[in-house]
Amino acid sequence: MKGKTLNLKLKVWRQKSATAQGKFETYEVSNISTEGSFLEMMDILNEQIISNGGDPVAFDHDCREGICGMCSLYINGHAHGPDEDITTCQLHMRKFTDGDTITIEPWRSAGFPVVKDLIVDRSAFDKILQAGGFVSVNTGGIPDGNAIPIPKEDADEAMDSASCIGCGACVASCKNGSAMLFVSAKVSQLALLPQGRVEAARRAKSMVAKMDELGFGNCTNTGACEVECPKNISITNIARLNREFLSAKLKD
Amino acid sequence: MATLDSKIPAGDIAQKWENYKAHQKLVNPANKRKLDVIVVGSGLAGGAAAASLGELGFNVKCFCYQDSPRRAHSIAAQGGINAAKNYPNDGDSVHRLFYDTVKGGDYRAREANVHRLAEVSNSIIDQCVAQGVPFAREYGGLLDNRSFGGAQVSRTFYAKGQTGQQLLLGAYGALNRQIAKGTVKMFNRNEMMDVVVIDGKARGIITRNLVTGEIESHFGHAVIIATGGYGNVYFLSTNAMGSNVSAAWKTYKKGAFFGNPCYVQIHPTCIPVHGEFQSKLTLMSESLRNDGRVWAPKKKEDAEAIRAGKKRPEDLSDDDRDFYLERRYPAFGNLVPRDVASRAAKERCDAGYGVEAGEAVYLDFKYAIQRLGKDVVEARYGNLFQMYEKITDDNPYQTPMKIYPAIHYTMGGIWVDYDLQTTIPGLFAAGEANFSDHGANRLGASALMQGLADGYFVLPYTVQNYLADELHTPRIDPAKSADFKKAADEVKGNINKLLSIKGKQSVDSFHKRLGKIMWDKVGMGRTKEGLTEAISEIQKLRVEFWKDVRIPGDANEMNVELEKANRVADFIELGELMARDALHREESCGGHFREEFQTEEGEAKRQDDKFLYVGAWEFKGIDQEPVLHKEALEFVYCELKQRNYK
Ligand SMILES: Cc1cc2nc3c(=O)[nH]c(=O)nc-3n(C[C@H](O)[C@H](O)[C@H](O)COP(=O)(O)OP(=O)(O)OC[C@H]3O[C@@H](n4cnc5c(N)ncnc54)[C@H](O)[C@@H]3O)c2cc1C
Ligand code: SF4
Ligand code: FES
Repeated sequence: MKGKTLNLKLKVWRQKSATAQGKFETYEVSNISTEGSFLEMMDILNEQIISNGGDPVAFDHDCREGICGMCSLYINGHAHGPDEDITTCQLHMRKFTDGDTITIEPWRSAGFPVVKDLIVDRSAFDKILQAGGFVSVNTGGIPDGNAIPIPKEDADEAMDSASCIGCGACVASCKNGSAMLFVSAKVSQLALLPQGRVEAARRAKSMVAKMDELGFGNCTNTGACEVECPKNISITNIARLNREFLSAKLKD
Repeated sequence: MATLDSKIPAGDIAQKWENYKAHQKLVNPANKRKLDVIVVGSGLAGGAAAASLGELGFNVKCFCYQDSPRRAHSIAAQGGINAAKNYPNDGDSVHRLFYDTVKGGDYRAREANVHRLAEVSNSIIDQCVAQGVPFAREYGGLLDNRSFGGAQVSRTFYAKGQTGQQLLLGAYGALNRQIAKGTVKMFNRNEMMDVVVIDGKARGIITRNLVTGEIESHFGHAVIIATGGYGNVYFLSTNAMGSNVSAAWKTYKKGAFFGNPCYVQIHPTCIPVHGEFQSKLTLMSESLRNDGRVWAPKKKEDAEAIRAGKKRPEDLSDDDRDFYLERRYPAFGNLVPRDVASRAAKERCDAGYGVEAGEAVYLDFKYAIQRLGKDVVEARYGNLFQMYEKITDDNPYQTPMKIYPAIHYTMGGIWVDYDLQTTIPGLFAAGEANFSDHGANRLGASALMQGLADGYFVLPYTVQNYLADELHTPRIDPAKSADFKKAADEVKGNINKLLSIKGKQSVDSFHKRLGKIMWDKVGMGRTKEGLTEAISEIQKLRVEFWKDVRIPGDANEMNVELEKANRVADFIELGELMARDALHREESCGGHFREEFQTEEGEAKRQDDKFLYVGAWEFKGIDQEPVLHKEALEFVYCELKQRNYK
């Protein structure tokens, strides 16, 4: 079998509730296999804390395969940790070295208040999508799926935009706390398809208005979001959003 | 013994659903908003149902335990969704999809339900396209199809390797639209703790707010359970960490029957277990078997040398590779159904031909890359290959993937009739949480189809049919209802009991022990002896759990260990029922393989004269034996045959 084991020091953000004062606590874990995942390392830490009579570290996670968008974590100053194009749950311990100190924090952004320890409240993302991130069709009475041919390039590009998992890393890594990458991904996906095209301008306008209302910052094109996005959502989506937004404004 | 009424409408199989819809009861638009529906779950089944019922004008409350409905585990489905469109002109039809599903389920599903599923399958694709689901397309702009196990036609629609994600985001969009309109109220980070039954009818649920710990009560004229499958009873599975049986289990304890609990699906292509600390298993989509060839070393010496790190799989010539699926099943080859492929892998590994730690075989893309080129393979499976490499640090373009079967899906679930109504009036179950359409084995790409069929196209009709008679039932204010108060007090009592144990062992340690018993004795190969042992081991584990589990923290705060403890307590009880069901079913069928019942070639051998029925269990008390009810199965349109994929 391949793999080594690591001994590590962890500096973890602990905060009992949304209103409580938070601080870093330091823990040590040993014999962590490089074949294990980062969250499995967190499981081992929690088992250790529980057997010592303490309160385990709360962190969000569910699918543990990089698709649900539930996991978060700022690890050593990077959203989803040091590896590229993955979420925290896909990060493996082989990316670390024996003796490392790892700093683990929650997303820090005005739009995402801390709930407990490393868990934040991302319900603002749901609210932005409720403002228009859909095609307004009811169930049933729909024409055949092949009634409108869609160029393969458009479908593929829409698919790329649709890969956003709503994790919030873009917001957490933006110095302005902007949600533009997230919003633009949905706006682009739907604008690229004939079914979504119909409402494109209206959608862009109401989603951006909602984003502003919820206290997310402005986009100043620093591109930090694109770098930290685990799903490679490109900032060209933001350019498309701006075009849709302008055309909506012109119609006003 | 009581018999179950499946309420199958009269008439020819192709007319039943049409007849049902033509004669069912309806609620007029103005009255719909006077009726409250609770939907527990926001996956494909729950999300689609909540959105569609909201569109109709009912007053819907929808619940999920994640921080957003978009994160339901449907999101993780990779491969695709079936429909009988016959776009490739390769001979598909509603009848063929129906037939394949019944046969794939090893003749243990209800014909009428499966036929309806096949009938509505095409509307699902149309619906999703209209929502902006970016399905894969051909250069001509039309929808692309791929093939999946257990079928000889290409009927699977897909969106890269993220089909479940895209379908769920479509349903989530529809749900968001209704939330914005106010017809659906969404409760995130809320866990259903019990169902409230008043005068024999489901009237609401008790929930725990996972952020504040508060116990809350919600009234509904009808309650829909769409909480997914119970594969996590094995601890290690391809399910999400939070996937659970609790909501379904609570309804079982309140009188809903549990159907075929022993039917679980073991998926042949998962990444093998890598260590003791492993928390979950990752699936490699079945679509990979379209182009990947499965093999194990032909010689034991080679398998040993690979295990010892002295040889690499690339060192073996084609002659030294045993493409055992192609060898045993020439007609279907690498695309045999999942149960067949899983057992074949186990057979090779048990016989000493496994690699890695002895429990792995290869899935090789060398041949596909030679035939199609790396670019085509990358376009088809790139994201799956990336996922594999991140986990294993191996590059599947260069060296074959290592795979082994893992628990993946549960065909069993809450028993429902044709209306998807349980044995408690007003309580419905949909998606993976019900037992209905897949018999003893589910074909690939059919769960997404079933979840969306139930949510978009079945429940909006059948729930309405029920609600038409509830128009004059006034809303119950839970604060003034003794029944709600009693149910809430029970939930609180249970939580306090758990917290007061203050034992020494963590929740996960119990869960892992349960998982080991289940995998060893109620897993891929089952025997009378093993199952009998499993029952008594699980009973002992239950006693120990309630004496020695350690749960830090309090009830009235966010408490992850408490959440897990609630779920594990239910899994332990479920595990025992699964073992009982598997013990009573003295035959092999689909995913249920009793080693005593196999053909000379090692294939599953059904005992149709004795077991041509759905086993539906009735709860009688925690230390009492449950009672078995039988729903006889009739096969009128599909001839009962021994499955043959040779
Ligand atoms: C890795 C993987 C790949 C798959 N690939 C395919 C595929 O390619 N094709 C295919 O057809 N099928 C596939 N399947 C199967 C398919 O994805 C599932 O069967 C299906 O999505 C289940 O949908 P559902 O709506 O029933 O449940 P889920 O999507 O699991 O949703 C359950 C919902 O219930 C909620 N919930 C659960 N418990 C509670 C509770 N106690 N209180 C409140 N809410 C609760 C959850 O929050 C969630 O919203 C795959 C499954 C897995 C695991
Ligand atoms: S755009 Fe990227 S970083 Fe932002 S929410 Fe989507 S997936 Fe996460
Ligand atoms: S836990 Fe689902 S993306 Fe990480």
